[in-house]
Amino acid sequence: MKAKPMKRTIAYYPGCSLEGLAEEYDRSTRAVCRALGLELVEIPDWNCCGSTPAHSYNPLLSAALAGRNLALAEEAGLDTVMTPCPGCLKALKGALHKQGEDPNGFQDALGRPFEGKVRAVSVLQLLAERIGPEALRKAVRRPFRDAPVAPYYGCLLTRPAAFAQFDDPENPVSMDRILEAIGCAVPDFPFKTECCGATYGVTRNPIVTRLTGRILDMAVRAGAAAVAVACPLCQQNLDLRQAQVEKAAGRRFRLPVVYITQLVGLALGLTPEEVGLDKLFVSPESLIMNLDAESETADSLSNAG
Amino acid sequence: MKNGQNLLRIQESRDAGFVERVERESGQRVSQCYQCGNCSASCAYTHVYDFPANQIMRLIQLGQKDVILRSRSIWLCAQCQACTTRCPCNIDVARVMETLRVLAVEAGAVTQKDIQLFYDEFLKSVAAFGRVFETGLLASYNMKSGKPMTDADLAPQVLRKGKLALLPHRIRGRKEVAAIVRRFMDGAPERG
Ligand code: SF4
Ligand code: SF4
Repeated sequence: MKAKPMKRTIAYYPGCSLEGLAEEYDRSTRAVCRALGLELVEIPDWNCCGSTPAHSYNPLLSAALAGRNLALAEEAGLDTVMTPCPGCLKALKGALHKQGEDPNGFQDALGRPFEGKVRAVSVLQLLAERIGPEALRKAVRRPFRDAPVAPYYGCLLTRPAAFAQFDDPENPVSMDRILEAIGCAVPDFPFKTECCGATYGVTRNPIVTRLTGRILDMAVRAGAAAVAVACPLCQQNLDLRQAQVEKAAGRRFRLPVVYITQLVGLALGLTPEEVGLDKLFVSPESLIMNLDAESETADSLSNAG
Repeated sequence: MKNGQNLLRIQESRDAGFVERVERESGQRVSQCYQCGNCSASCAYTHVYDFPANQIMRLIQLGQKDVILRSRSIWLCAQCQACTTRCPCNIDVARVMETLRVLAVEAGAVTQKDIQLFYDEFLKSVAAFGRVFETGLLASYNMKSGKPMTDADLAPQVLRKGKLALLPHRIRGRKEVAAIVRRFMDGAPERG
């Protein structure tokens, strides 16, 4: 019998946001993975992870909704599920945790077979660990010429530490390293993990305008020309709601808020169109002007991972 | 609340079994909290809470079930995990807040009805289509919350970017998903 080849194929869970307001995060994630030789297989017929509402009813409801997607991935013979959304990631990891904590309750709520032999990671973790800053640096074709970009991680990517098992909960650096690898200058940004106001944009808008306003203000004070994000909810609050923030704060920011996958994609030589740059609300044009002309020296990434 | 102070007659309103109930449901040793205040210092939502996180912990220890389940704080907690990350007693404070929300729903003591409505509409959307349909969710929330203009200012830009979905995406397994949701939404689930 032949030895099993190492699995490079990764189950992809986009999550509902990436079908709607965060479609450019979906597009850029797929494009970057393709460019880096990571094969994504979208989980067939995936469903919503339940997000915060499911948790507020019962952690088992959240675990079962998220668990169905893990079970579908397992059924497809895949052992790693990647989702770009930290909220979805929390639900997927929560399901695995719940299965360990209350196997019967979980199985009952889920109602389909699931052994639990999958792990869940974020796209940021994939870029930081499977590819790594060094390999990424070598693959860059159009580096950003020292454009100052503030790395904003948000609440959930690295917290709580025991759960996330990735990077540092207080001072994460994975995105810093990726930004440096693609030629950005990374300013000291003390609000890396401050909360943006989460889902309260709809129900309690002043919370979001206040918290997001503080983050934008700090980014400006840190000298950033743009903010890099890895969460569709953070992005929505900082970008789509930036006009609401400006109105509440009585000042103008017009600070581009760009997904890390979009920035990586551009540096790899993908076109603005291929990473969905036109879908951002605050125009990132000033940032794009910082991109270097295509260089011919980039290595192929075929040996990475 | 009177003159900015919360006055409680704690002996009269004490529910002796509450600490254990919360500890059992959350799996957290709330009784070990020694009021260092790290959770509240880390919390970006204290300015909208009626009781800061550390006071919620203390109120649990004092068995103040009704006050807690009716508090605004448990509904405004964003589950950002800052408190959990910094508690020196390793109490997962965010998990406790979440447990309190579940208990408030179960007890019919939800005070922040609009937030609960948003969550209800969200789950109904998931049950109907298998995935949440953002446009439909906002429309039904606006109608039922009596705040019809919520986020109306955003519509033109969303439309301009071609991001306004007018039709939901229905997955094939939506019956299975609906069955999962229904088990937890209609009537309280079985619990130990
Ligand atoms: S999880 Fe909730 S209580 Fe804890 S810091 Fe965040 S918002 Fe505050
Ligand atoms: S951080 Fe922990 S010990 Fe300190 S007040 Fe909060 S719950 Fe209690």
